[in-house]
Amino acid sequence: MLLITCPHCGPRDEVEFHYGGQAHVAYPEDPQALDDAAWAHFLFYRDNPAGAFAERWQHSAGCRKWFDVVRDTVTYEFLTPEGGSR
Amino acid sequence: MTADQTTADQASAPPADLRRSPAAHLTEQMRAGDVDGPRGVRLREIPFAVQLGIRAEPGAPSGRAAAEAWGVGLPAGPRAGETVTGDPEGRHVIWISPDEFLAVEPSGLAGLIDVRGIEGALDGMPGQIVDLSGNRTILELTGPSARSVLEKGCHVDLHPRAFPAGAAASTLLGPVQAIVHRTREDVFRILPRASFADYTVRWLLDGMAEFAGEELIR
Ligand SMILES: [Zn+2]
Repeated sequence: MLLITCPHCGPRDEVEFHYGGQAHVAYPEDPQALDDAAWAHFLFYRDNPAGAFAERWQHSAGCRKWFDVVRDTVTYEFLTPEGGSR
Repeated sequence: MTADQTTADQASAPPADLRRSPAAHLTEQMRAGDVDGPRGVRLREIPFAVQLGIRAEPGAPSGRAAAEAWGVGLPAGPRAGETVTGDPEGRHVIWISPDEFLAVEPSGLAGLIDVRGIEGALDGMPGQIVDLSGNRTILELTGPSARSVLEKGCHVDLHPRAFPAGAAASTLLGPVQAIVHRTREDVFRILPRASFADYTVRWLLDGMAEFAGEELIR
């Protein structure tokens, strides 16, 4: 089980968290202007790097806040110090 | 007697007589599950505590107004080593998140609190105070084995160096989301949501049962 450091609560077990996928995926500025392919790309297409990956987590069983971290997808090591940012 | 009079009589009846706490139907099982002695552990429900959800930032005007209305300052949070303020036997406040707190009054004086008045303390300001008394109940686990029972499925480190008396955390107990509040060295309060009270009591009673027998491995 991963030990994830919540920026507000400190280190907690992974089961207290909800995974939120890739971070920094911006909502389209003008969603009406997107065709189906572009909309599908926004909804479903994500990076899949072997290495550093910026992702979102929510401390769902604790403070319920969302926060961003950078995690190495090969070693599972959290690269952001202090559990990342809000 | 007219229908109007009947309605008026019902409205003036004390509502406490009609209330059933979420674990009231397990009172007998909890008493039967008590274990005495050096490995002792006891479970009881503290019903009908007043609980108010506070959404406000501690340093902001609404945070100060909420603290003043409740009469207890808001805790600074786990990063500052302060997750509970006030008197655990009276009015206290549990830290939930940087802008969320649970104000609790578990004593017999709870019925005297002007809940509506306190809810109105943030009128016109950002944030809110809401009566959440029905959201969670309080289960109190007491005794030398209380920590061992919780450690069967609690996801925070309950060693006193990490979780001393006066600490609280929102976490999981088994699969149940709950607030765990250590009021004294061997007294833990567990606050599950009301609909999980039945399951949580049975989970704790199951965890307590082994301590009634002989210790097999020392
Ligand atoms: Zn947290």
